[in-house]
Amino acid sequence: MNLSAMFLTLVPLVVFLPVAGLLVNLVFGGRLGEKAVGAIASTASGLAFVVSVLLAYAVWIGNGVTVVVPFADWIQIGALNVPWAFRVDTLSVTMMLVVSGVGTLIHVYAIGYMHEDVRYKNDLGRYRRFFVYLNLFIALMMVLVSGDSYLMLFVGWEGVGLCSYLLIGFWFEKDTLGRASLANAQAAKKAMIANRIGDFGFLLASFTMFWAFKSLTFDTVFAQSAQVAPGVVLAITLFLLIGVTGKSAQLPLYVWLPDAMAGPTPVSALIHAATMVTAGVYLVARSAPLYSVVPAAQTTVALVGGVTALFAATIAVGQYDIKKVLAYSTISQLGFMVAAVGMGAYVAGMFHLVTHAFFKALLFLSAGSVILGMERGHHHLAHGEPGGEGEAAFDPNDMRNMGGLRKQMPATFWVYLAGTLALAGIVPWAGFWSKDEILAEALQRFPAVFWLLTAAAFFTAFYMGRQIWMVFFGEPRHAAAGHAEESPKVILVPLIILAVLATLGGAFNLPVPGVNFLTDWLGHTIAGVEAGSFNFLVAGLSTVLALLAIALSWFLYGRKPLEAGEKDPLQRLLGPVFTIFERKYWVDEAYAAVLINRYVDLARFLAEVIDARFWHDWFHDTVIAGTYQWLSRTVLSQGLDVHGIDAFFNGLGELTKRASAGLRRVQNGFVRSYALAVLAGIVIIIGYLILK
Amino acid sequence: MTNAVPLSYYLGISGLLFALGILGVLIRRNPLIIFMSIELMLNGANLAFLAFSNAFHVLTGQIFVFFVMTVAAAEVAVGLALIVVIFRTKHNIDVDVLNSLKG
Amino acid sequence: MNLSLLLFFVLAAVAVLSAIGLLVSRSALYAALFLVLNFGAVAVYYLVLGAPFIAMAQITVYAGAIMVLFLFVIMLLGAETLPPGRALPWQRPLAIGLSIVLIAEAALLLVQRLKITAILAAPGVEVNTVASLVDLGKALFQSYLLPFEVTSVLLLVAMVGVIVLAKREKGEVGS
Repeated sequence: MNLSAMFLTLVPLVVFLPVAGLLVNLVFGGRLGEKAVGAIASTASGLAFVVSVLLAYAVWIGNGVTVVVPFADWIQIGALNVPWAFRVDTLSVTMMLVVSGVGTLIHVYAIGYMHEDVRYKNDLGRYRRFFVYLNLFIALMMVLVSGDSYLMLFVGWEGVGLCSYLLIGFWFEKDTLGRASLANAQAAKKAMIANRIGDFGFLLASFTMFWAFKSLTFDTVFAQSAQVAPGVVLAITLFLLIGVTGKSAQLPLYVWLPDAMAGPTPVSALIHAATMVTAGVYLVARSAPLYSVVPAAQTTVALVGGVTALFAATIAVGQYDIKKVLAYSTISQLGFMVAAVGMGAYVAGMFHLVTHAFFKALLFLSAGSVILGMERGHHHLAHGEPGGEGEAAFDPNDMRNMGGLRKQMPATFWVYLAGTLALAGIVPWAGFWSKDEILAEALQRFPAVFWLLTAAAFFTAFYMGRQIWMVFFGEPRHAAAGHAEESPKVILVPLIILAVLATLGGAFNLPVPGVNFLTDWLGHTIAGVEAGSFNFLVAGLSTVLALLAIALSWFLYGRKPLEAGEKDPLQRLLGPVFTIFERKYWVDEAYAAVLINRYVDLARFLAEVIDARFWHDWFHDTVIAGTYQWLSRTVLSQGLDVHGIDAFFNGLGELTKRASAGLRRVQNGFVRSYALAVLAGIVIIIGYLILK
Repeated sequence: MTNAVPLSYYLGISGLLFALGILGVLIRRNPLIIFMSIELMLNGANLAFLAFSNAFHVLTGQIFVFFVMTVAAAEVAVGLALIVVIFRTKHNIDVDVLNSLKG
Repeated sequence: MNLSLLLFFVLAAVAVLSAIGLLVSRSALYAALFLVLNFGAVAVYYLVLGAPFIAMAQITVYAGAIMVLFLFVIMLLGAETLPPGRALPWQRPLAIGLSIVLIAEAALLLVQRLKITAILAAPGVEVNTVASLVDLGKALFQSYLLPFEVTSVLLLVAMVGVIVLAKREKGEVGS
């Protein structure tokens, strides 16, 4: 018991170990060199994982006990009392393990990846900055999952949004090939703004929560959740849903996630597949007591998740960029998770979160490996042949340039295959178990959502199969693919570890009582968790559909591999429908036309008309400055000064001049008149004397 | 024979001569005539002196007239010399022409 | 009407008329001659008033020396007549007016304030004797010695001044 108590006191370290790592890198990184920077960052993350394991152990020993470890006083204003406290329970520990575990593997991967990135060019400062940001992200994600109140969660929520912005726009001045471009910075901006809209919803929820419950701490809020009017709780949960659609990329705020693929691939894997985007799912799972009070909110959440899952899956079918396919796949899978927790199947949702972290991170990292291979091949090409193709025309991400890579990059092929089978939900890979559990629960609780998710699963298997055939089979469609090389060990080792987890991860929660570990584990924290039973019908249907989809993809893409420059066979088949998929339903364009450009118009109106013309030109210049100048020039200067004061004194001078001009004429130069004046004086004096 | 002319008559004539002298100074433009008018004024004053001297039976008046005459002589000499010098530069002795000291 | 009064008025007429003649004559020469006549009348006055020495001095100094000097300068400058001037037209009436006022004031003072009523006594023979001349000389050299000497210095200064003033510079063209 003492040991576990001691372990529990270590919980602040999950936040402060990555902080220490980033500080060390920040201060000393410049002097230590590339390898050391990467090692320090990975060690910090790894140690956070170790602490998470210890915490898990402590919680397990305590039989799933929930412990609140207070850390510091933060806000104490009137009725609002929000301390910084760490909450250690099964749910938060699960998240911590996923974040730090997958995070550490990605840190190691990034050491090799960033070195090989064509934009790197041996800039150690930039390299160090990347790992500082990664550690910052781990620290803030830990704040998010370990917070004891909605406000602490929000601090982490905002913080990871910031890290997402910093990391998407990491190469803010260059594009994928190193040419000057602002595309990355704009993608980062888009992510930030879309997230901000979601955060606004979260804030509204917090305000309503404080107004209704007088507190933001989880325990206090959940204890009173049944006593407050259901309408208020509905408002809170729907506001939280807005936040979820922002952070977890659901309809309608998902638009930032595909653009976020502009960031380096480790970032896409860590933040936009495994951890940050799952924060929304965690939020709903954590708020289970609130959601269970208002079934209407649950319905809404589940529908949002289901529709998003199908919607995104159809778009993924029409994408050519290898990372874009995976991005829409992430959105779709997040839809699965959100639908699950929305329905009340919290364990299913969290289980899928864990397995998805494994196989999606695996897929992204392997895609990164593929891209690096393409870039290596291109590098060889450009340098091998004097008249080689210019870099300007080459996109290493485009699947139409790839083909037959399984011969060039076998290790990458096998791990990619593992990830694909997990995602497609083929037994016994991890994805089958978690996705199946969601489908089983959906059939029970919400059949409409069940059909949506099943359709989405069909498309999922189809586009992943399409991707495998296009990338790894057939003949290379571009010379760079023909010269591609396998990645070094520092990149492959994390991939292999993740592939093992993706294959065996189903063991965490097999639907057999006694080995459904996750259900028991999470049941300690989330109320109303029931063990799911294995539904053969659902399992069989989903497997059949998945195999059908893969067969269809082989029929279209594998049987007769694509030639260079040939159009996508699905395009020939579906025509305009495929174009809709390819153009993502023109959602970005619609947003731009309806919202963004209107906002820009408003801003321009405010700036040019209101600010410049009205305030500045008219009010300041004409009214204020003009009045002042009129006052000073006309009234004071001309009127008072010139006509008044000047005129008075000039008048005095003029008077003196005229008087003297007049008097001057007495001096006429004639002696006779002077003598006459003397005589006159004498006469006057004598006259005065006489009269006296 | 006894002199039965009252003193006031002598003073009257003296005053008249004096006044005529003043008039000459003020009216005439020839500086020589102005000078002569001044002599006329002095004569009038001398006459008054002697009339009083006679009336009060003292010699003081006569002595005064003596000195007046002496001074008048000296003054005339200097004044005429001045007129001559002015004439040399200006070639005109009209007092009205010598008005360059006007304001 | 006794003789002395008649004499008085005759002399007064001569004196005043010659004075007026001095004022109005256009020619400076005629004015000088009028003045000589005036001096003569005034000299007779002096005799009547019992100051023979002064009378003689009047004739010799004033009429003889001073007027001759005047005549010299008149001749030297050719200043007999001047062309009629146009300046200060208001001077003449104003001067006449003021002079009349002056005389009126003097008369007023004499009559009202001083009340001169004494009648001049005849000078008598005593006045015309050498004894009165001796008295004059005594007074001049005893009581009034200083003014006497100072006047001699004055005359000297006048002489020197005249010479200095009238001296021509070397090379100056004579008039």
